[in-house]
Amino acid sequence: MSQFIEFRDVSFRYREDQPWVLENVSFTVHTDEWLAIIGHNGSGKSTIAKLMNGLLLPQQGEILVDGIVVNEETIWDIRKKVGMVFQNPDNQFVGTTVRDDVAFGMENHGLPRELMLKRVQSSLAAVGMSNYQSHEPHRLSGGQKQRVAIASVLAVAPELIILDEATAMLDPKGRLEIMETIRQVQENQDLSLITITHDLREVIKADRVLVMNQGRRWLEGDPREVFAEKDALMNIGLDTPFVTKLAAELSAAGLNIQREPLNHQELLEELWTLHSKM
Amino acid sequence: MSSSMIIGQYVPGNSVIHRLDPRTKITIIFFFVLIVFFANSVMSYGLLTLFAVGSAVSTKIPANYLIKGLLPVWFLIVFTFILHLFVTKEGEVLFSIFTFDFYTGGFIQGLAISLRFFLLILVTSLLTLTTTPIEITDAIESMLGPLKKIRFPVHELALMMSISLRFIPTLMQETEKISKAQASRGVDFRTGPVKDRIKAVVPLLVPLFVSAFKRAEELAMAMEARGYQGGEGRTKLRELSIGRLDIYIYILFVLVIIGLFMTRS
Repeated sequence: MSQFIEFRDVSFRYREDQPWVLENVSFTVHTDEWLAIIGHNGSGKSTIAKLMNGLLLPQQGEILVDGIVVNEETIWDIRKKVGMVFQNPDNQFVGTTVRDDVAFGMENHGLPRELMLKRVQSSLAAVGMSNYQSHEPHRLSGGQKQRVAIASVLAVAPELIILDEATAMLDPKGRLEIMETIRQVQENQDLSLITITHDLREVIKADRVLVMNQGRRWLEGDPREVFAEKDALMNIGLDTPFVTKLAAELSAAGLNIQREPLNHQELLEELWTLHSKM
Repeated sequence: MSSSMIIGQYVPGNSVIHRLDPRTKITIIFFFVLIVFFANSVMSYGLLTLFAVGSAVSTKIPANYLIKGLLPVWFLIVFTFILHLFVTKEGEVLFSIFTFDFYTGGFIQGLAISLRFFLLILVTSLLTLTTTPIEITDAIESMLGPLKKIRFPVHELALMMSISLRFIPTLMQETEKISKAQASRGVDFRTGPVKDRIKAVVPLLVPLFVSAFKRAEELAMAMEARGYQGGEGRTKLRELSIGRLDIYIYILFVLVIIGLFMTRS
């Protein structure tokens, strides 16, 4: 697997007289992988997202996107490669209708009209919003607006999509809707995905998890490895999913649970085979 | 908030006027407003009325909707007529009430001016009734295009207009939310002396402004993340095109102008 993004000892602060938001952070994102970045408020996770497409530039260290160093001159090329979906569904909807909003990014990059028409169709189809082309934003639910935001990013054909707490303002139904949309999109297209969240339930399906704490890389591993550190996660203010807590309680009660379960199914699997393992 | 909320007074439809290029509509209305002042005979007024009312009928917008929309200006039209009746003292005495004489000149003048007024308002309201605000924005951007040469920020202006249009419903929903939140904390918007009611608006406006600025900042960030870098090198999805229909309407309008100058006295 080749690396798509590389952070090399990156440090960042908003102002000279303020403490570092990120301190000596190094990590890589591979092509076609799903990386989840989790962390408590103020852990620097959103700053990482903004650094990746040049909305912010680091004071120390460098960031490479597809082999290109992010700086003033390269940000426009990088923004074609890295798409972002933000937290608030309303405040990133630029067009007056769904169609116009999906086209906005493509218009910025100067794509020809015929191509735009084609891409509007295909990207709306990819998120299941084809029937809403001429809807105005106030007639859509939060989840639908976020799906349009994902479609708008897909339309520019980026190589990486960052979802910066894209589900944080949605109700549980909208959240499921978005997680499902993301999973499908990532399955059907060649792209890397970074989801940024403070909700551990959302990292289960990711390939790799990066845990941030107080501006530093705190832990990195696949979801199972991360969940295994549940006490430490609790200590830095991250709430573990119910299944993880239940498994911990069961272990404490003397049951021998060998593999950290990621969902109900896996826990069930552990439990009904428990007796034969003893 | 109802989902049927429309900005402006646009009435969806598929009539000839609906399908015209918005630039055609704006151009024709502009010249119509000018030539209305050249009419001075029964025939010329008749011709312009025919054109305006004919356009209105062809939009297939229900007449009572149109009349209702003109309601606030009916008063002005009638007032203009009455004013002329009292003030203009030309021609023969038509009739007199007590010692006050009403003249034919005043009657005719009043009628003509009121008709002019009515025609102007009817035609301009047809524009907003048959054209979506975003089409009008596109038309303005396109028509102001030449001003780019003198560095007039045409694209920015159009973008500002379209973003405002986009955020009107959002901010209205927000206003409703805040006013409910404040009402639940005991702010009374509806009763009491005017002074108190004006004061009650403050806790509504302050949070609204704060959130609007926050929205603006986030929107700017989102736009930048999507590669927005001004109007330079930008392409457009929505396209305006002058079709055969527009040409026919232009020809018709030129005929009306010629007819007007032939029927002037």
